Amino acid sequence: MIRCYPALDAGPFDPVWRVVRARWMVVRQEVALNHRLLWSWLAALLALSMVLAACGSAPPAQAPTTAPATTAPATTAPAPTTAAAATAAPAPTEAPAARPGRGAGDTLRLLYWQAPTILNNHLAFGTKDIEASRLILEPLAAVDPEGNFVPLLAEEIPTVANGGVAQDFTSITWKLRKDIKWSDGSDFTAADVVFTYQYCADSKTACTSVAAFRGIKSVEALDEYTVKITWEAPNSYPYQVFTSQRGAIIQRAQFEQCVGDAASTAADCQAANLAPIGTGPYKVTEFKPGDVVVYEINERYRDPERPFFKRVELKGGGDAPSAARAVLQAGEVDWAWNLQVEAAVLQQLASQGGQGNLVTYNTANVERLLINFTNPDPALGEERGQLSQPHPFLTDLKVRQALALAIDRKAIAEQLYGPAGYPTCVLLWYPPFAQSVADIFTDCDQDVAAANRLLDEAGWQPGPDGIRVKDGKRLSMLFQTSVNTLRQKTQELIKANWAAIGVETELKSVDGSVFFGSDPGNPDNIGHFFADIQMYTTGATEPDPTAHLCGWISSAASQKENEWRGTNNMRWQNAGYDALCDQLRNELDPDRRVAIARQMDALIVSDVAMIPLVARPRVAGASKDLKGYNPSGWDAELWDIANWYK
Amino acid sequence: MPEANPPVDNPPVGRAQLAAATRAQFTRPPRSLWNDAWRRFRRHRMAVAGTVVFLGLVLFVTCGPLLARNDPRAIDFSKSMLAPSRAHPMGTDDLGRDMLARVMLGGRISLAVGVASMLIAITLGTLVGALAGFAGGRVDSILMRLTDLFLALPVVPLLLLLIFLFRDALRRAFGPETGIFILIVSVIGLLNWMTVARLVRSSFLALKQKEFVEAAHALGIGEARIMVRHILPNALGPIIVAATLGVGAAIITESVLSFLGLGFPPDTPTWGRLLFDGQNFLDLAPWMVLWPGFLIFLTVLSINYVGDGLRDALDPRSRR
Repeated sequence: MIRCYPALDAGPFDPVWRVVRARWMVVRQEVALNHRLLWSWLAALLALSMVLAACGSAPPAQAPTTAPATTAPATTAPAPTTAAAATAAPAPTEAPAARPGRGAGDTLRLLYWQAPTILNNHLAFGTKDIEASRLILEPLAAVDPEGNFVPLLAEEIPTVANGGVAQDFTSITWKLRKDIKWSDGSDFTAADVVFTYQYCADSKTACTSVAAFRGIKSVEALDEYTVKITWEAPNSYPYQVFTSQRGAIIQRAQFEQCVGDAASTAADCQAANLAPIGTGPYKVTEFKPGDVVVYEINERYRDPERPFFKRVELKGGGDAPSAARAVLQAGEVDWAWNLQVEAAVLQQLASQGGQGNLVTYNTANVERLLINFTNPDPALGEERGQLSQPHPFLTDLKVRQALALAIDRKAIAEQLYGPAGYPTCVLLWYPPFAQSVADIFTDCDQDVAAANRLLDEAGWQPGPDGIRVKDGKRLSMLFQTSVNTLRQKTQELIKANWAAIGVETELKSVDGSVFFGSDPGNPDNIGHFFADIQMYTTGATEPDPTAHLCGWISSAASQKENEWRGTNNMRWQNAGYDALCDQLRNELDPDRRVAIARQMDALIVSDVAMIPLVARPRVAGASKDLKGYNPSGWDAELWDIANWYK
Repeated sequence: MPEANPPVDNPPVGRAQLAAATRAQFTRPPRSLWNDAWRRFRRHRMAVAGTVVFLGLVLFVTCGPLLARNDPRAIDFSKSMLAPSRAHPMGTDDLGRDMLARVMLGGRISLAVGVASMLIAITLGTLVGALAGFAGGRVDSILMRLTDLFLALPVVPLLLLLIFLFRDALRRAFGPETGIFILIVSVIGLLNWMTVARLVRSSFLALKQKEFVEAAHALGIGEARIMVRHILPNALGPIIVAATLGVGAAIITESVLSFLGLGFPPDTPTWGRLLFDGQNFLDLAPWMVLWPGFLIFLTVLSINYVGDGLRDALDPRSRR
């Protein structure tokens, strides 16, 4: 009779259940830990006072990078309040002098509470896939936490000064390192780089990284180790392609047959997507999509001294709170990604757990609401969410404005996110667009009266149940997000805010691996967006915002035709915005570029295509003995995993 | 044989006296199954206590919200995580909502899910088990293979599949909360009848051979009547025990589904959801977890005692 209880032990939901059990173990440990409460509180107080001292006296860049680890568990993390300074937030890197050589360490355990489902960077759907793929596939250059480029597969970073970037910004020439080998022993050459472009240039491949390849006229191999990228028009950000998160180079030999439709349908290509051959420090030995990836050292990795860890185990699944407990309190893992947990809980775990440190670093990420401009009504069948079906009421600007006005962002940021979030009115919250957190929360305070007035003006009258109605249409919405206690609480807050202006909200939460999953047959993911409102975090992945901002242009709308992989999943159509995107792509002057990017941001906000809620520095957790990490907000968190050691 | 014609020891009695005695004897109600059961049930102290507690809980969740002063959904950060006090007898959660109001509201759904899905499981299980046990032969083997098939199905993936398939259709037909309620209740019920079916079948097989059944046959009583009137009451014991266990299991399954984000909408405070929401606050605000947990515990325990008492009471062999 109680079968469904023990039956959870088996089957595809194994990881979730294991997490439940692990959490129970932790809870039991907690009871035992209680007598240390007093000491932990003192430590937390000390940590807090240091943080306060840091942001009270010093400018962001001088936040304490190292601190006596014996006194407070949380001190090695840079002060989270250093906020919008992209150049700040240095992670604790210690002198690599004592660092032993390749394979000296055993297993590095990473915990990603969203499990990777694919390891081909170009078809990846979420950060978790990109991160998991980064151990294998590398770009030509990475971006460090300060926003500087670090050559990986290239000999140097091309600039105008060294002749790599053409004077008129129409081309860039990368000189590749000659000593790089793929993990199968073949040489890495310019042909692979050219092929990577060809792979994604075919729109049928449906690359999710397609934004990075936009505007390219040609990619050619000048010789075996020189690649020249020519742009259709002068490109002020010539590094957009083949660098950072979305620039991974795939091997031509492996993916040659996988261009076009075959990329995700042919059996060989599906296998290749799950086990790509790469140049990175690791190669995959076992991959269970949605569960775990096991890597071992790529013996042909270019640096004979690295990586330190023999094996890497990237476990997926669970949720943010259990990940936080696993790294901070139970010490089960060495690194846990994205600890999006209620402020009170996180602070308490960090100060009391004793097993790990919080690592905060700045990103361009903003938790935002996305508004569906197409009709998600299931009655429409195949036409659901297509551009031909405009949304019954969210296409009304006044309704969108009222929705934005009614939200109390300050409460969400302060009460729920605590040190890991700042209320924001804009999407671009980092330098050079904003200098401090005070700049980003200016004119979007909650104003219920104004919101009500807007709806009254637009002719939406409260019906008998208090929900506003116009022409037989009720302001009733389905609001979806991923399963995460913090997001569910944000949902409830917003629901209450909207109830105050006569808008009914039905909440839906989807398991993270499904919500961010990349399967074209999955109707619950962010690409399909079969709801009226959805909420998640995203942001520019490189210091330059072009690719991110231009991901929301009209032609990038996520539709059935592109297997719901278009980046503009709210299907917002705005000619003015498209024109600004073109301008931004063509503008070379840095100051003008900042101005255009600000205009685009302002247009998103004034047209209420998205509602920015909380600017989010990222919070990860690292075990106390893990060293050498240097997570970058402009690249994958694991970009320098070859340097990590214990 | 002296017993055949016992001597009349009694002094001869008057006609009127005899009539009165006879009348007295016959006006006393005949002993029936239910009367006996009730008498025995009352003697089972824990069962009575369980009944009182369970009825109290039902009263608490049905009438409580009508009397509560606090809105279970009103968010107020200034009251975040208050310890139990006069104004908030069960404290408040991290969003400053009154726990008492939330627990009462959530209990309605949890109890309804538990009881309704138990009823579905029991009805279906008894039907299948009774048919299989009584009919025997080919019907029996077909029904039992069907039961085996259902037992072999992994429950949670199947639940996920069913919810995935039918959630939207039911949501449209009945609205988000009623739709998901119907879905969850029927899904849990439809996946939990197998044990009942097996228990009922084995009881039926055993009882079918008893003399009183043969006697009923000999008297020419119809098959259906024998099944319902003569065998079923004797098989009630195991059914009721299975039912009581089923309520607890259903409440827990519902919380598992909430946990996976597949149960009720996230703002519906079922007991399982309250536990899920509060688990991270166990050391900061233990009342957020303890109250819903305690109530689930109390419900399952009291129902189990009631079941225990009912089983003893309904077992005709345990006449006391």
